[in-house]
Amino acid sequence: MLGSEILFQCLKAEGTKKIFGYPGGAIMPVFDALYDHDDDFDTILVRHEQGAIHAAQGYARVSGEVGVVIVTSGPGATNVITGIADANIDSTPLVVITGQVATGALGTDAFQETDFIGMTLPITKWNYQINRPEDIEWAVARAFYLAKSGRPGPVVLDFPKNAQIHEAPFTEYKPCNFIRSYQPVPAINPDRVWEAVNLINTAQRPFIIGGQGIILGHAEQEFKDFVEKTGAPFGVTLLGLSSVPSDMPHFLGMIGMHGSIVANKLQQQADLIVVIGCRLADRVTGPVNQYAPLAKIVHIDIDPSELGKNVKADVAICGDCKEVLSKMLPHLYKNNFDSWIHGFDFYQNVEQEKVVNPEVHPAEGPLHMGEVIDKVAEVSKGEAIVVTDVGQNQMFAARYARFNGTTRSFLSSGGLGTMGFCLPAAIGAKIAAPEREVVAFVGDGGIQMTIEELGSIMQEGTAVKIVIFDNTWLGNVRQWQELFFAKRYSYTKMVSPDYLKLADAYGIQARRITERSEVDAAVREMYAAQGPFVLHVCVEEDSMVYPMVPPGQPIDHILLNRSEKI
Amino acid sequence: MEIKDKKTANLPLWTLTVFTENNVGLLNQIAIIFTRRNINIWSLSVSSSSIEGVHKFTITCHASEDMIKKIVLQIEKRIDVLKAFYYSDDEIIYQEIALYKVQTDALLNDIQFEQLIRKYNCRILEINSTFAVLEKTGHCDETIALYNDLERYGVLQYVRSGRVSVTKSTHEQVSDFLEEQELRRRQIEEKQ
Ligand SMILES: Cc1ncc(C[n+]2csc(CCOP(=O)(O)OP(=O)(O)O)c2C)c(N)n1
Repeated sequence: MLGSEILFQCLKAEGTKKIFGYPGGAIMPVFDALYDHDDDFDTILVRHEQGAIHAAQGYARVSGEVGVVIVTSGPGATNVITGIADANIDSTPLVVITGQVATGALGTDAFQETDFIGMTLPITKWNYQINRPEDIEWAVARAFYLAKSGRPGPVVLDFPKNAQIHEAPFTEYKPCNFIRSYQPVPAINPDRVWEAVNLINTAQRPFIIGGQGIILGHAEQEFKDFVEKTGAPFGVTLLGLSSVPSDMPHFLGMIGMHGSIVANKLQQQADLIVVIGCRLADRVTGPVNQYAPLAKIVHIDIDPSELGKNVKADVAICGDCKEVLSKMLPHLYKNNFDSWIHGFDFYQNVEQEKVVNPEVHPAEGPLHMGEVIDKVAEVSKGEAIVVTDVGQNQMFAARYARFNGTTRSFLSSGGLGTMGFCLPAAIGAKIAAPEREVVAFVGDGGIQMTIEELGSIMQEGTAVKIVIFDNTWLGNVRQWQELFFAKRYSYTKMVSPDYLKLADAYGIQARRITERSEVDAAVREMYAAQGPFVLHVCVEEDSMVYPMVPPGQPIDHILLNRSEKI
Repeated sequence: MEIKDKKTANLPLWTLTVFTENNVGLLNQIAIIFTRRNINIWSLSVSSSSIEGVHKFTITCHASEDMIKKIVLQIEKRIDVLKAFYYSDDEIIYQEIALYKVQTDALLNDIQFEQLIRKYNCRILEINSTFAVLEKTGHCDETIALYNDLERYGVLQYVRSGRVSVTKSTHEQVSDFLEEQELRRRQIEEKQ
């Protein structure tokens, strides 16, 4: 059997249904073989390889399956690098197959040759060049196993042309379930579990943080049981959003730089913080030497290298969080921390009054992003999948979108902060969950980074709802310039095309709003639309996301607006 | 003679042993973990180990213990790495080898030459009418001391190998990991 055909036999055996791709010279034999697999795979032809990989990320994060990308060598391959780095830092399972010049031409600077293995070494969980058709089965099996097991991540298979066009025997596909040098789910040390249980049972002022590990580890139920039983206040990270319903008791929302005031204040006063499936990145902790100064830290993560990487843990438990939480649960006291929580009611009120109300219920002036997001949350009843780009739109969406408890409903580029992520990721999300509504919130800067994917939406008829927040600035950077660079607005003013005409050119319904009175009807129109829809929202120019912990400050130093801090 | 990395010179020296599968690209995979954190690899050597199919990297570098722990975890995270360990000098037995090329005339005309050879217990690997090649095996300070003593003859060429080391434990520590994994493999097989 031809190497290119073996590849698809393997993908089929792995249960792959969707392929995001773009053809080119060095991958043509593979696309040729794909021609006969119309019944096996839906192949989404994008407009730019970056679109393919972000779409695959969106698909993987909503479906929980491995996202598959097939692109050509050289420029096709380098165009997916941003997405690979993004998937690596955000632990998204991907298998990226890149064409490569024939083995014999490697190292000769042949046409469209790049050292893709070398380039992606630091941003993949594993990568491998398949130099013989005999190795395809082994490599694909390993790639899928590695991408999805343990802490998930992207795998690159670099596929030289000779291995595509030569034959090898293929009989029965054997998935990989063991690699000698790899321990995906470390054994849990029971002593550590006991130590953690004791700390939790004796804590006076506990706080719990849930990260994306909760979602990746399918531990949503265990996490809910855990927070309910302990009675402790809790927050989630940006990527932990949607793992629990937004209205859960004691849930304080997102933590971090633009997180909820109470959640950040509580951490600085807490005597115990339990961190579950979260990297404790700098956007969450602020300067680590000033983070949670009074607290003992219990850190649970499946990746041993995360434990103690940023914040030293008093009790570090390495293991699958679903398992760890299940082991702890029966030994935890049912507890109540209402007085500890209510001690912070003042901050809740301040946040509502000084931050939320002005953003979500402004009486006058230009439109705000927050009020539109809030309206979408109302109209969608918290059932939509929310996809964001990067910047103010992202932080507002994280703060004001609401989730009714369906997990995997919030997609955002967290660790890498990749502008341009939103539109293609939304496409992937909709393809993963066609029965659900997918709403994309994106800035005028971010939409223009991958706007070409409107073409994919047109071709596929992908019914995503795209809300473009147009503040005529690279808002988030403008905010930093205003606050920290003496209002020197260096190259952040941005002109947009006419999005209505553009949408029209792609055959996509669209509407523009500028007035508060139009919001309700426009959001309802968008939500009810059958096909894709662009809602161009002209918002206030000098939008600011608050609350904000200024960079370099401990997380309880919080700006409330232009003149007040708390 | 020795140019130490300014930033890390005051930090302790560690010896890392990294056990890996014998796959291409591992050197690169390991090296970038150091470079990304701006840590200088002080010496590096690669060989097979006493376990068939298992390769062994011996790496030395200056770093805080906290940093070296993190580096070990990052190295172990690489899929093809079996296990990595770090040691301080008192936990291991280690050696380096150095070669020195010196002009023959200069050596033969100096009556202290014989004493030098005895003092350092070094070997002459080759001697001809123009040059001699000496070999010294030992710790870094010893090979450097010999270099300094030879300098008055003019050293034409000098090279020192990376450190090689063995632990003071009875067996390769990676074998525990391999046994655990073998057990796991059998369990997975039985389940099917
Ligand atoms: C690819 C990329 N380039 C640059 C940045 C830096 N950056 C972060 S937010 C931002 C501004 C985003 O502006 P816009 O898309 O209009 O969104 P807004 O903040 O106004 O909601 C920029 C330039 C980035 N995150 N990603």
